Amino acid sequence: MKLPIYMDYQATTPVDPRVLEAMLPYFQQEFGNAASRNHSFGWHAEEAVTKARKEISDLIGCSPKEIIFTSGSTEAINLAIKGVAEMYGAKKKHIITSQAEHKAVLDTCKHLEKLGYEVTYLAPDKTGRIRVEDVAAAIRDDTILVTVMWANNEVGTINPIREIGALCHEKGVLFFTDATQAVGKIPVDVQADNVDMLCLSAHKIYGPKGVGCMYVRRRNPRVRLVAQIDGGGHERGMRSGTLNVPGIVGLGAACALCHAELESEMKRCAELRDHLEQRITSELDYVALNGDREHRLPGNLNLSFSYVEGESMLMGIKEIAVSSGSACTSASLEPSHVLRSMGIGDDLAHSSIRFGIGRFTTREEVDYAADQIIQTVKRLREMSPLYEMALEGVDLASVEWQGGH
Amino acid sequence: MAYSDKVLDHYNQPRNVGSLDKARDDVGTGVVGAPECGDVMKLQIQVEGDRIVDAKFKTFGCGSAIASSSLATEWLKGRTLQEATEIKNTEIVQELSLPPVKIHCSVLAEDAIKAAIADFKSKNAAEPAQTKSA
Repeated sequence: MKLPIYMDYQATTPVDPRVLEAMLPYFQQEFGNAASRNHSFGWHAEEAVTKARKEISDLIGCSPKEIIFTSGSTEAINLAIKGVAEMYGAKKKHIITSQAEHKAVLDTCKHLEKLGYEVTYLAPDKTGRIRVEDVAAAIRDDTILVTVMWANNEVGTINPIREIGALCHEKGVLFFTDATQAVGKIPVDVQADNVDMLCLSAHKIYGPKGVGCMYVRRRNPRVRLVAQIDGGGHERGMRSGTLNVPGIVGLGAACALCHAELESEMKRCAELRDHLEQRITSELDYVALNGDREHRLPGNLNLSFSYVEGESMLMGIKEIAVSSGSACTSASLEPSHVLRSMGIGDDLAHSSIRFGIGRFTTREEVDYAADQIIQTVKRLREMSPLYEMALEGVDLASVEWQGGH
Repeated sequence: MAYSDKVLDHYNQPRNVGSLDKARDDVGTGVVGAPECGDVMKLQIQVEGDRIVDAKFKTFGCGSAIASSSLATEWLKGRTLQEATEIKNTEIVQELSLPPVKIHCSVLAEDAIKAAIADFKSKNAAEPAQTKSA
């Protein structure tokens, strides 16, 4: 077993060797511009892009013509939300989203608010799920778009996408979902799931960084949006710029692998995830699961270890690469906005750790990680005044704390 | 974030972790911070005459918070109460090479020292051993 152990698969994933192999010819031998129509260099590049489009559309159940390549999910999110807002903004001004979205969605919505749009930020339930009835109650006559993520990147909670999509279609409102964490990890079918627009990113599914795409529905309804990057009219005029052919080939190959291995990988990741949780909770008390036990990503485990601060935990398990919702680990010094939106107190947010399990995680690694976590939590609790008070029966919520920042 | 060797040393081998009997008259206890803010320090001193003979801490917080309180207990032992009040957070920052985002950890440690001394003094307000009468 090699140290350190990577257990942060919701942040990014390594490129699968099979993906890399598919990409390599497109850097030097087949380096053509896919937009060059007059020679074989361009044709070969275009053929490769066409193949990738097919591989992606097979995975998510759309037509290859409905794929728009981007630099990743953040760009696709900007294009979807701003592009639709700009297209329909003359008559309608309202957008619905959730407080648990990724910052790419939240910051884009904030930008539109400055331009005069109105945004409703729905609060999820305590497991991080958006309720369909809350979306229904928020829809107005001037609602342009509902944007709700498929699966949450921090707590792994899966939203009722099919039901939200059906509601949007019934009401005549466009539905965009950030599926960055869902595609390739759980079944996604844009037809059955009533999705009008969706984004995904290669680097979350064992492809390269810097490439992703957007699905834009062509009929029932036909989605129209205003391009946010001009210059040549590539990708049906929605996203100009020379196509990143090696990246797109990698994205296609990554999708093909996910498609072929989806079921076995879901099962394997969920088993390892459950094993990790079981090992930890069998040895430690005061451990709480963040997120929805039933509706969650197979490779995600987000736990709060009460009375232990997240950053000090990360220091203790330094051979294991995970993330924390603690303020001390974020650039903004704010605890996780996702946990906060779920009504989880800042004290528990400071104590949260996200474990991300993926294609290359082994049972040996999971056992090693469990040992390290158990040992570290025990050690830090021995020096935690809060754990001592809890054992003495002090109700921490009733204590009047002095100072702090 | 990269930690200084001294922070890592205190984190890996914290000095004087534990608790003194807070009911005792010769023990002063300071608890500062709040769980919602991500750090709580409990710092205790045991005093003979006007000299600190023992110090213990328990901290919920990041590595820098643990290191700041661990260092504080090391510095407190053997000092008089007056000398103890002169410990400044900037000295802790310097000793541990704390980055700007971690300065509040050192502030909290200074607050904890002052709170522990104040607690001891309020318990022993009439004691003749006091350097200053309360």
